[in-house]
Amino acid sequence: MDENVTTAVLEQWVRRFAHLVAENRDYLTELDAAIGDADHGSNMDRGMRAAVAALDASPPETCGALFSKVGMTLVSTVGGASGPLFGTLFLRIGSTLGDDANAAPLEVAAALRAGLGGVVDRGKAGPGDKTMYDALAPAVEALDEALAAGTDLAAGLKQARDAAAAGRDATTPMLARKGRASYLGERSVGHQDPGATTVALLLEAATEAPF
Amino acid sequence: MKKLINDPNDVVVEALRGIEAAHPELQVDHQHKVIYRGDAPKQGKVGLISGGGSGHEPLHGGFVGLGMLDAACAGEVFTSPVPEQMLAATKLVDGGAGVLHVVKNYTGDVMNFEMAAELAAAETGARVVSVVTDDDVAVQDSTWTAGRRGVGVTVLLEKIAGAAAEQGRDLDQVAEVARKVNANGRSMGVALTSCTVPAAGKPTFELGEGEMELGVGIHGEPGRERLPLAPASEIAAMLVEPILADLTFKPGDPVIAFVNGLGGTPLIELYVMFNEVARILAGHGVPVARSLVGSYITSLDMAGASVTLLKSDDELLSLWDAPVNTSALRWGI
Repeated sequence: MDENVTTAVLEQWVRRFAHLVAENRDYLTELDAAIGDADHGSNMDRGMRAAVAALDASPPETCGALFSKVGMTLVSTVGGASGPLFGTLFLRIGSTLGDDANAAPLEVAAALRAGLGGVVDRGKAGPGDKTMYDALAPAVEALDEALAAGTDLAAGLKQARDAAAAGRDATTPMLARKGRASYLGERSVGHQDPGATTVALLLEAATEAPF
Repeated sequence: MKKLINDPNDVVVEALRGIEAAHPELQVDHQHKVIYRGDAPKQGKVGLISGGGSGHEPLHGGFVGLGMLDAACAGEVFTSPVPEQMLAATKLVDGGAGVLHVVKNYTGDVMNFEMAAELAAAETGARVVSVVTDDDVAVQDSTWTAGRRGVGVTVLLEKIAGAAAEQGRDLDQVAEVARKVNANGRSMGVALTSCTVPAAGKPTFELGEGEMELGVGIHGEPGRERLPLAPASEIAAMLVEPILADLTFKPGDPVIAFVNGLGGTPLIELYVMFNEVARILAGHGVPVARSLVGSYITSLDMAGASVTLLKSDDELLSLWDAPVNTSALRWGI
């Protein structure tokens, strides 16, 4: 089995995610303007900036503290539906990883799966609803399968990234059944889901961190 | 954009300062953007809190006071408040009898209030019950959408449930009355112009001089269809008939009829609309037992109106008539 990952490596993942959200802020907002209320990019960027500021202010010593801090910050700064959904994702990852300074690859995968469970509990979305679920669930599956096949964590995360990107692309032809986009009915078809796009960035960030 | 503002980013904060200055009987927690009753918490009384995105004034802050809400949480314009705001409000108003959260059915509002209720239970042990309003018939209600939006019925619910709490009913009874109001109320709105969000600086959607958006939401969400502008008599029918088609009103059922302005429509036009609404209801044999006319749940500067009909009975009417003393609704005191 691989070596365990440290809190510091996981923190680099989170910081890389914040960087990608900032870079894609206007793009995410444009996607949201088409089927939502045109604030996803600016809200997520505000939240991740606040999260990075919180990490700067007091560097977390455990994996659980890291993700819990990010989750709480997102819940209290993002607003809308993205705050509770992405906040719950991080909080659930944090509570699963717990008070250890390191995490084994299987623990990382289990935490990501628990995060998905948190998103489902909070948002009640399932496959094909045109939400963040449609990128996150395939990524969780891909990581589990890769690790089960003996792949190391870094390579497994690359497979998860590809699965998230494919899931993100698959949201375009979907009819939205959750959130503000669902008011549009047929008019939501043909637009990529902003939440799924952000999830793909989260997995892309993982492959850019030194796992 | 022409608005009476300073910096678009400061609109909510500065409006809260204005509310505090204008209404000394209210208190404002500026850190959490919560407006609450000066006499909160009232021991033994169920606390009622609501909240949502700003831009719908007087909803909700204008309804804080005797006989209505105990606290209101202000989010950014058209953005749900975050859980720590509702948690702060819940702590401020909990007088030991529990707290009712009144939530309009929007995905963000529902999730943020849900998290707040969980935090309140974990941190304070306060008993919280939530009631979600979803009265907008413009949206098809199905398990395949986010469901109907909460609009005009929210105002009537806050008044009626607030009266029930003031009478000393317990949390379950207040929640039951609130659910009864939501179950028996329906709304439909029309926009003649878009609204302009201060931070955006331009209209949310385009609407031609001769057009109207039927079934519009209070954030400028698209409605059922875009139609050529019509006389008030025809527009009133387009709003009232879908409500009557959705909720069975037997001849003789008393209704509370609420004609609401969306922010940019003068009261004289709302009365023109009310006249048409009353005429249509009379034609269906539905008697108007009580009425409310004015701009109470708005969409910034949007021109347009909504109609809400609440099928009532003696209980709801007596709660409606009970004293209320808030900055936006006041009678019987």
